[in-house]
Amino acid sequence: MKWTRRDLLKGLGGLPILGAVWWAGAATTVGKRKQRNQILEQLNIQPSLPPAVMGISGKPIRVGIIGFGIRGEQLCRALGFATKEWIEEMKLEVQENPNNKGLEDFLNQEKLNVQLAGVCDIFDYRAEKALRSFSSENNKIKRFSTYKEMIHSGEIDAVVIATPDHWHAPMAIEALENGIHVYVEKPMTHTIEETYRLRDAAVQSRAVFAVGHQHRQTLSFRTAKDIVDKGTLGHVSLIQTNTNRNDDNGAWNYEIMEQANPDSIDWEQFLGTAPQIPFNKNHFFRWRKWWSYGSGLSGDLLTHDYDRLNCVLGMGIPKSVMASGGVYTHIDGRNVPDVMQVNMEFPDFTTGSNQIKGKEKGMTFCYSATLGNGYNRPTVLMGHDGTMEFGNTLTIWPDGGSTRYATMLEEGKMNPMVPIYQYNPGNNSLDAVSSATSQYFADKGLMWTYIDGKRVDSTFLHMREWLSVIKNGGLVSCGINEGFEEAIAAHMAGLSWKLGRRISWDANSESLVPIEGIDFDEVLLSNDMITNHFINVP
Amino acid sequence: MYKKSRIEWVVALLRVMIGWHFLYEGILKLYNPDWTAFGYLASSQGPFKFLFSALANESIIHWIDTLNIVTLLVVGITLLLGIFEKLGALLGIGLLAMYYLAHPPFPGLTQLNVEGNYWLVNKNLIELVALVVIYYLPTGQRFGLNYFKKSRNVKMEVK
Repeated sequence: MKWTRRDLLKGLGGLPILGAVWWAGAATTVGKRKQRNQILEQLNIQPSLPPAVMGISGKPIRVGIIGFGIRGEQLCRALGFATKEWIEEMKLEVQENPNNKGLEDFLNQEKLNVQLAGVCDIFDYRAEKALRSFSSENNKIKRFSTYKEMIHSGEIDAVVIATPDHWHAPMAIEALENGIHVYVEKPMTHTIEETYRLRDAAVQSRAVFAVGHQHRQTLSFRTAKDIVDKGTLGHVSLIQTNTNRNDDNGAWNYEIMEQANPDSIDWEQFLGTAPQIPFNKNHFFRWRKWWSYGSGLSGDLLTHDYDRLNCVLGMGIPKSVMASGGVYTHIDGRNVPDVMQVNMEFPDFTTGSNQIKGKEKGMTFCYSATLGNGYNRPTVLMGHDGTMEFGNTLTIWPDGGSTRYATMLEEGKMNPMVPIYQYNPGNNSLDAVSSATSQYFADKGLMWTYIDGKRVDSTFLHMREWLSVIKNGGLVSCGINEGFEEAIAAHMAGLSWKLGRRISWDANSESLVPIEGIDFDEVLLSNDMITNHFINVP
Repeated sequence: MYKKSRIEWVVALLRVMIGWHFLYEGILKLYNPDWTAFGYLASSQGPFKFLFSALANESIIHWIDTLNIVTLLVVGITLLLGIFEKLGALLGIGLLAMYYLAHPPFPGLTQLNVEGNYWLVNKNLIELVALVVIYYLPTGQRFGLNYFKKSRNVKMEVK
């Protein structure tokens, strides 16, 4: 049989096309990967692994919970104890939305070697709810009517403090002085003076002290630290971080429960050293809205943003702070601002420079918050060589004016519009035959999946770390030094807003630079001494 | 009426282009070890969400990925070379039906990561129907390896 050229063309014409398509596809993919690997090799970022924690073995740690409100319940769940009401509620939610993984995550959570031994809540309903839910034949939980009674009972090894802010320090100090381990919610103190006293108590005590900044456990933040340490961003001169909330819950207008009355609430104990006012349900449930018990945006939410960046950068206490804002979105009698801008100055801080020596130094940390808008503004770290969007996922863009990446930018290997690195622990990229795969989505080789394929609550990790240190020794990731820096920075912001003045820190004497005629603690606690009069009154 | 041969040449062109498209998608995935269909399956919407979410399961996703790449390559190669093209067309129809059903352009569903606007009909569906045409109108004997089969038959007939 003899084939003509025409036969070959008709019969084998597909072959060169196949070859061409194959080559084009392979060359494109391999080329892109090579370019990508070149960038990644240069960046040399190590996505972090979950920290290894030594087991909590031996006799269970006897934990007492002080304050069983919204946060107290959450902390108990992190310890492995959920109320019956919550489980029922979550079952209903799962029926409505099968994607709600709250209950599943809780049930999958590793069991910690703890015994919930006592509860102290001055509201009968809440204390009884804890007893009803957690007390069993094998484990009788005791209700203590005061925190002192609990601490001195000899039946508790460690306390979890989830009370209004003005009670944090007195309770923590009492516990530490009596060798009881402490996990306290943020901010760890309510005044400047307390902050020093709590630090002394923690340093002198053999008990383990931890502040409840659970985000210190977030894997992406550990990776972010590696990114910054390796000079990926160059000198970071500005950090922008934000709070945007637009709902009642976010504005601290929590439910006022019908069970609350002067008989079911120990009002005197709630007030403590706060101004003595008659029983007030609004103040009891929504205490975050008044300086007497809480500290508003600066103590409540700025602290999150400050601490999560302090754990990445370690910038410490700002040299000075200026704040402004007012009560603009919730004119309901509150005296903490609901719109607030805080600028913290760190003139001597640097994340390292890729430019000529001495050209760059200093950084502003800019916190911007409103409780009247829910638009999700990302946190960004802005450096000479790159910008990082910082959250549960991390995305880095090279800067058009970068020194470090100048060659790669020039050669077209990098583009300021295209991220050079993304870290996404819950990666969910899209791909199909007819969809353009966006480069925005993460490279799978770099992503860190949830721990052992499970979504893990960072509060659980944080409490597990605290319990492990109690048993095995070591250091907690948010201890007294981190808590001290957080508290001072938050109080500086609160003071600046209240006084309408710049508040400065003297690092050598570890104290605020005095302002003549001003007693800082008096100002912090006061409901009247607000010289910045941007408070709208209903 | 147009001549049958002319129609067959046009369909052959269509076949080569679809084969081209499948092969290219298959090759890109074959050479990219990071590629996975996980995101596409896990974010599935519509009435068959349960099925596709199940396919995204950690224990089988590796097999699903391999199967997807192999099928893309088989469809691409058969359609480009013009051999076993009916089999290729059927496999392609099956694959596209799954892509379509995993993210159907139904009203009320958010269209993820697509260019253009679609209501019920999208490019996956159009390509699927084009493959139906290719299934009913094999053209490998005009342009493709089946040409040799045909010419042999012709010669035998002449005898």
